[in-house]
Amino acid sequence: MILKKSVLVIPCSGIGKPFGSIARDATFCVCDELRSGKADTLCLFLLVMSDEEARHKVASSKCITIDGCPLACSRNNIERSGGKVAAEFRVMDLLRENRDLKPRTVTFLDEDGEKLSKMLAEKIAAKVDELWEESD
Amino acid sequence: MRIKPKVGVVSCSGECCGLGTLSRIATRLVLEELRSSQTVTICLPLFLAGEAEEHGFAKKYPTIEVDGCGKLCAKKAITKYSKEPAAGVNVEAILKEWNVEPPKNRRIFDENDMKMARRLAELLAIKVDEMRKAY
Repeated sequence: MILKKSVLVIPCSGIGKPFGSIARDATFCVCDELRSGKADTLCLFLLVMSDEEARHKVASSKCITIDGCPLACSRNNIERSGGKVAAEFRVMDLLRENRDLKPRTVTFLDEDGEKLSKMLAEKIAAKVDELWEESD
Repeated sequence: MRIKPKVGVVSCSGECCGLGTLSRIATRLVLEELRSSQTVTICLPLFLAGEAEEHGFAKKYPTIEVDGCGKLCAKKAITKYSKEPAAGVNVEAILKEWNVEPPKNRRIFDENDMKMARRLAELLAIKVDEMRKAY
């Protein structure tokens, strides 16, 4: 039996605006609930600080980056660490598609933030399935 | 006349476990509720991805790092890319001192986890006051 490697989902976890919280919440929803066993995450900053184990994990896995804002800290830091980004999602794109939703809170998501997180989680889960199927 | 600077509170927000979420929530409670007009923050990954403005953060604001675990990523990053933090907390070590279990869920906090977050936030607020007093 060949064991497949989990797809890595890595959010920016930005702390200044709701977008980072949405990225983080959607990631946990995918890794802990929707695709538990198929998807995993790691501390972005452990990777940024050149932790060997984290670098190895990223280099040997398919990575999905989830960024809250256009600064794309997750994507940029994955690439700087030698990882390849198999897919990326940006909360700002989702907001553009859903202009009626206006998330305002950071610490705990409000109703609009939760709706966006759920939508994002479903998109990420579908991408995890796709990448999982492509795996040897 | 001297103007007291705002204090930077920077959380690791580690995604691996509940300690990162606890650090993040406690930090946000300080920023939003306990010391809202006296504190600022920055996304930690911006220290690397950012430029001069981000790298100058800890030079501009006396900074408290809030690290979820003993790996102390926030402390190391702020020191490397900006300036050694003026103060810091290792949340994992503090919970051991308090003899309490870390949160089991990294996404959803229960009542006990929230009590822990608030207690941690109060500790951070005291540190903010001490730092501002020193100026």
